[in-house]
Amino acid sequence: MSKTKKSRSVSANRSRRAAQEELRRERELHSLTQRILRLAKSGGIPECEVHVEEIIDAVTRFANNTIHQHVAEHGLTVSLRVVVDGRTARVTTNHIDEDALRASLESAASLAVSQPKDAGLLPLPGKQKYRAVHRFIPATSALSAEARARAVKKVCSLAQSKGQVAAGIFSSGQSQTVLANSRGLFAAYRQTQAEFSVTMQQGSATSWAKANDANFRIFDPLALSRTASEKAARAENPAELAPGSYTVILEPAAVLDLVGFLFYDFAATAVEDQRSCFAGRLGKPLLGKNITITDDVYHPGQLGAPFDGEGMPRQRVVLVDQGVPRNLVYSRRSAKAKIHPTGHGLALPNEYGEAPVNLVVAGGKTSVPEMIAGTDRGLLVTRLWYIREVDPYEKIMTGMTRDGLFLVEKGKVTRAIRNFRFNQSILEMLKNVECLGPAHRSTAEESFEMVVPPMKIGNFHFSEVTKF
Amino acid sequence: MWDYCGHSLEVARLRGATYADVRVMHLRQRDLTTKGGEVGTLGQSESLGLGIRVVVNGAWGFASTDQLAREGVAACAAQAVAIAKASSLAKKEDVQLASEAAYVDSWLGPCQKDPLEIPLEAQLDLLLKADAAMRSVKGVTLSETDMQFRKIDSWFASSAGSKIHQRRVHSGCGIVATSFKGDAIQKRSYPNSFGGQHILGGYELIEAMDLLKHAPQVAEEAVALHSAPQCPQTRGTLILGGSQLGLQIHESVGHPIELDRVLGQEANFAGTSFLTLDQLNHLRYASPIVNVVADARMAHGPGLGTFAYDDEGVPAQCIDIIKDGEFRGYLSSRETAHLVGLHRSGGTMRTESWNRLPMIRMTNVSLLPGAWTPENLIADTDDGIYMDTNRSWSIDDRRYQFQFSTEIAWEIKGGKKTRRLKNPSYSGMTTEFWNSCDAICNADHWVLWGTPNCGKGQPMQTMGTGHGASPARFRNVRIGTAFSKE
Repeated sequence: MSKTKKSRSVSANRSRRAAQEELRRERELHSLTQRILRLAKSGGIPECEVHVEEIIDAVTRFANNTIHQHVAEHGLTVSLRVVVDGRTARVTTNHIDEDALRASLESAASLAVSQPKDAGLLPLPGKQKYRAVHRFIPATSALSAEARARAVKKVCSLAQSKGQVAAGIFSSGQSQTVLANSRGLFAAYRQTQAEFSVTMQQGSATSWAKANDANFRIFDPLALSRTASEKAARAENPAELAPGSYTVILEPAAVLDLVGFLFYDFAATAVEDQRSCFAGRLGKPLLGKNITITDDVYHPGQLGAPFDGEGMPRQRVVLVDQGVPRNLVYSRRSAKAKIHPTGHGLALPNEYGEAPVNLVVAGGKTSVPEMIAGTDRGLLVTRLWYIREVDPYEKIMTGMTRDGLFLVEKGKVTRAIRNFRFNQSILEMLKNVECLGPAHRSTAEESFEMVVPPMKIGNFHFSEVTKF
Repeated sequence: MWDYCGHSLEVARLRGATYADVRVMHLRQRDLTTKGGEVGTLGQSESLGLGIRVVVNGAWGFASTDQLAREGVAACAAQAVAIAKASSLAKKEDVQLASEAAYVDSWLGPCQKDPLEIPLEAQLDLLLKADAAMRSVKGVTLSETDMQFRKIDSWFASSAGSKIHQRRVHSGCGIVATSFKGDAIQKRSYPNSFGGQHILGGYELIEAMDLLKHAPQVAEEAVALHSAPQCPQTRGTLILGGSQLGLQIHESVGHPIELDRVLGQEANFAGTSFLTLDQLNHLRYASPIVNVVADARMAHGPGLGTFAYDDEGVPAQCIDIIKDGEFRGYLSSRETAHLVGLHRSGGTMRTESWNRLPMIRMTNVSLLPGAWTPENLIADTDDGIYMDTNRSWSIDDRRYQFQFSTEIAWEIKGGKKTRRLKNPSYSGMTTEFWNSCDAICNADHWVLWGTPNCGKGQPMQTMGTGHGASPARFRNVRIGTAFSKE
């Protein structure tokens, strides 16, 4: 799709959107939160937190070279947390008339007083300052059902011209979140998000490509489809290899799929509960020196609000520094008196505490073609599938390769290989990274979006092979 | 609610829809958890809205709104029509729907004790006592409990004249003890892992589960697993407890029989299926003692897949999936039924919420009971391993190759259940595995397990499914693969 054509179609979409839905203005939601806080005060609830979320989203879903599901939603929810006499509870509703809100507040207060006092419960935080992030792209919010359908039609035509079958989604949407409390805290954030994902099928062979960004212009559905189409053609007639340990080149989606499973292990609460693989291992050289992982919501490849579930400003945290797990993320509660909260708390009340959700894995300089050229014998992995934890402390994960597994011999991709099951410790894997490529915003299906590089890894353990 | 339904259908008709159906849904939920003797999650939520699905120019459109007023639902219907018109830009064939009668009905699912009317203090008291009972066992490093209740009211109407109201209450609970020692984490759960047991019903489930009674045993087993030997890597006889077998059914029978997967509609996300259309009535799926049904009727039991009508207004049915080991049926919808020669949908279209499109989902996909007692089954096994309570699950995107691990296992030697084993796992190919089944326990040991967390679709939908199972034996199974270094 050329830039000129895109600009024209977006301009046309804007006029169509005059009749379409838009997010409420921030001041309208501010007014709603203040109205609820006044209701709480007049109802004898001294401390209240109001969390409003609004979402407008649409998904064009296609399969067998045709659109088979095409949906849109618009919803607003109000979530109220009250603190009454050292106890807290939450009620969420999508009714925002005054009677309903008053009833929700009463219900939350009733829930709160039904439990024992919580000695560790903190008072609500006061006003905070936030670093601005700009992730609302009007062109994405203006993308119409018709524009997505036309893009999908081109993808389906490409597949048909190649004798292939396309399946996937093209989605676009906008959302906002507003958080306010009775101590004067107010935080607001809005973003747009577009996603395109495609699977191309040639006979029984498949391959896949996906992109996700605030700005739909960052990716080109047709170009992604061409990549998947070419790989699907190469994936036909896969050979069966014996399971065992192989050098692997993981494309970014496969790295994300696995490394993303570490996210909750970096939570201070998980370490305190002794269910994190970093329990007893902080400060020790656990991973390779070429592994550095941060959590950074301000990274240009990230999306998300610059505040956490209590409204605390998110901070950039170096989690793993050159192979050594150094820091954790903290909510106000897990930080206690000694450590400053990092702005990663989940909405209260909850038993999990906090979590980093904007992981950035530092990259290197070796491109995937260079990794292939430097590999005598190995496997090129497009993506992984159905990953589950087998051992929580050694962080052994199982799962399958999917949509394109290729043999690399003497510096070249030589043929397709039947998919393998792996049973592999992520900690061991990150000790065996031979080289990394440049890190970019990546997306897959097993973990949330991250900034990750491709990796070449030695001794990756495949335990069984499937039939395709 | 019927006014909103009727008005949106009328707007859709006036704007050119040749078919439309609408769902108003009111969802209420309560979530309670404890951890380490303290309340964790304590929250309630409710959501009310309308979703309308239309066919225009032979193509689908769907839109949803929480603006329940005449203008709001009219705009929503108009948006669905506009989306359908956009869909028709990339249409190959017109949508065809299997015929279905119009129904006017109201159905209330079973619920002896409304869980949202039970005092919260009593619910938390039970959880905190169970939590304390687990922590009283030395070596337990983390104790967790949970209860979850959902009350779902739905009003379905279609342009064909159906008007159906249904109310379902789902209740669930569970406890987990975790023990961290040295370089290992072990855990035990009751009555099942990942949220416990869930049914269509009320607080009577919670009372029947008797969490307090089981808490000490769960805790002791979690601690004892540290000193248990590692599950060996071998090929041999495997007996699966009912809850683990329920998940095995879910992954290796329930998902592959979803006709939308078979037809490639989920190829980009959830995957496809090895059960291509040519396999129907030809594939020997399992050994002759294996009979699996997909049964949404109340007669099958109060499962998470039990209802009176599905979300496109088709009455609940019982479908043979595997009959005497032969593959006999798929899960179908009004749109897909004709593709497998059916004149009518199997009634398996379900939606998570008013803002989601109904999709083909499992109902209660259950293995019918056999004739054995667990005692006789173990006595009849000279050398084997009994595994129970799922710890992890994974299967390829066509549903051939799977691997499961469980929380605990016991060695069986000379017809007796002997020592515990830690870190058990097994793997295999779906049809080879099911063909190796040579014994299934009887109806006295058959439980309709609830799986509350089945994810599918884009946007993702989470759905509860039911799986009836009793312990069963499988031969020549690959055991211990998850920890293999070979």
